[in-house]
Amino acid sequence: MIVRIWIGFVIVFFAYSLLIYFQADDGNLEGKPDAVVLDGWHTWQSKNCQACHQLYGLGGYMGPDLTNIASAPGKGQVYMDVFIRKGTAKMPDFHLNDSEISHLVRFLVWVDKSGKSRVPGGAVNWSGSYSLDH
Amino acid sequence: MSPFLKLYFRFALLLLLVTLVFGVLAAWAFVMPELFSRYFPFYQLRPFHVSAAIFWIITGASAGILYYKREVLSHHPLKTKYKQVFIILWILSILAIFFCYSFRIFGGREYWEFPSVLSIPLLICWLAFMASYFLPVRSPIHPIPQYVWMWSTGIFFFLLTFIEQNLWNIPWFRESYVRELTIQWKANGAMVGAWNQMIYGTSLYIMVKISGDESMAHSRKSYMFYFIGFANLMLNWGHHIYNVPSAGWVRNVSYIVSMTEWVVFISIMRDFRKRVDEYKKALNFVSYRFVVASEFWVMANLLLALLMSIPAVNRYTHGTHITVAHAMGTTIGINTMILLGSLGYILNVDKYTGGVRNLINKGYNIGQYSLVVFWVALIVAGLLKGYRTAVLDIPDFQTIMQPVNSILTVAAVAGIGVAIGFGLIVFSYFKVLNDR
Repeated sequence: MIVRIWIGFVIVFFAYSLLIYFQADDGNLEGKPDAVVLDGWHTWQSKNCQACHQLYGLGGYMGPDLTNIASAPGKGQVYMDVFIRKGTAKMPDFHLNDSEISHLVRFLVWVDKSGKSRVPGGAVNWSGSYSLDH
Repeated sequence: MSPFLKLYFRFALLLLLVTLVFGVLAAWAFVMPELFSRYFPFYQLRPFHVSAAIFWIITGASAGILYYKREVLSHHPLKTKYKQVFIILWILSILAIFFCYSFRIFGGREYWEFPSVLSIPLLICWLAFMASYFLPVRSPIHPIPQYVWMWSTGIFFFLLTFIEQNLWNIPWFRESYVRELTIQWKANGAMVGAWNQMIYGTSLYIMVKISGDESMAHSRKSYMFYFIGFANLMLNWGHHIYNVPSAGWVRNVSYIVSMTEWVVFISIMRDFRKRVDEYKKALNFVSYRFVVASEFWVMANLLLALLMSIPAVNRYTHGTHITVAHAMGTTIGINTMILLGSLGYILNVDKYTGGVRNLINKGYNIGQYSLVVFWVALIVAGLLKGYRTAVLDIPDFQTIMQPVNSILTVAAVAGIGVAIGFGLIVFSYFKVLNDR
């Protein structure tokens, strides 16, 4: 009996995994990443940016969430460029070259297009859950 | 105990020490970044701490299983060979990871911050461990005790989730950021469920052995909890990504499944008085005391997890230190507590009196009280950040964090207490290991 239930659970796990792989992405608003975005993504990882920053609230809490930094009022690409180039008292200067900086910025612009990190209060419904409109 | 297993136990304890030391350093680098950013920046200290913590948990859990399985699973001559391959390669792989961090070579994935090429030896290690555990798939005990089910489930699902965690190396998975993020956190969340199965199985095993009550491992109620845990392992990881714009059903499936854990919570609450009595009786048994204490932390962290799993609440807690409180509460209060109980049981620390015993008791008390302060401070810091972000809607990050940082200083001070407390226990265990 227990063996049967266990096998049933494992089947559910694989079926649900496939569903997640092929159906969880509800729109792909950001489009496929080009080579520049992928290179920026590589820089994001190789400099371990997520240790201090978050994307969609996931990562370290030392610095701000950067999901929508590209479209935030008063911020944007030039702001990001300066920050990455100079560093701050808290954030070290990583000595990135011009192309690494511009590709990293392009990656963050790409992420920004995928959605909003903050959930608006009005999205919460009676069940305690919410739906996110693109 | 074989020399290989002895080496493995020492390595597990060493990983716990590294976790504690780098945890304290990272906490102070967080509150005083200007002091650390040049030579020991937070982005370098955090991977040391996180990886050491994860590998301490997996190493500690697998060390216990390697020791206990001799009693409950059939023997096979090849098992010892696989065990030795696993132990040596596992230690070398983790040392290679720390070597990379020392030179700031990162893979930059949350929890798995080492270059992904090092996942290959880790995968080979786990396959060797699985061979050592499963070969041949037979147990001399019938019916198979529940802890064997839990260990087997944890070991098997760790393999699946570890592979899933590395799927991002296939370009198709990176074609959509939302897809990549969803799968990354599906794997991370389920992996925590997998190692919890290994550790809770160990906890049950110790309870059965100390109490002598085998029926604990065969009761209907405990099987019901096992399958609730199993379902949550597979499906409740979604609270990590409620705010990610993936399909709505991903959020709702996780929300519904995670609410089944209220059954576990209510049951623990009902048994609370019994547990207090047990705790009082267990004061003289070091290993049992750790296991029973972990149950109090299960209760506290389960309540926190249940609240965070409600999307309307998660809206305020996500991206705050409440998440850190939950991570610390579970990895220190539950996982580390059970693993220290398990190692203490194997090392038979109860037979020691005087110095070693006093040191363990002192470490236990300092560790527990400091952990309470640490945990509460992180929750308060998280509540404050959530309030300032989601309610006051303050746009500037520095302004949000100003009052939060002073509370985090309290957490950093308490963190020193946690490190001293658990450090004393580790030191005592090293002493006992050297005596054997």
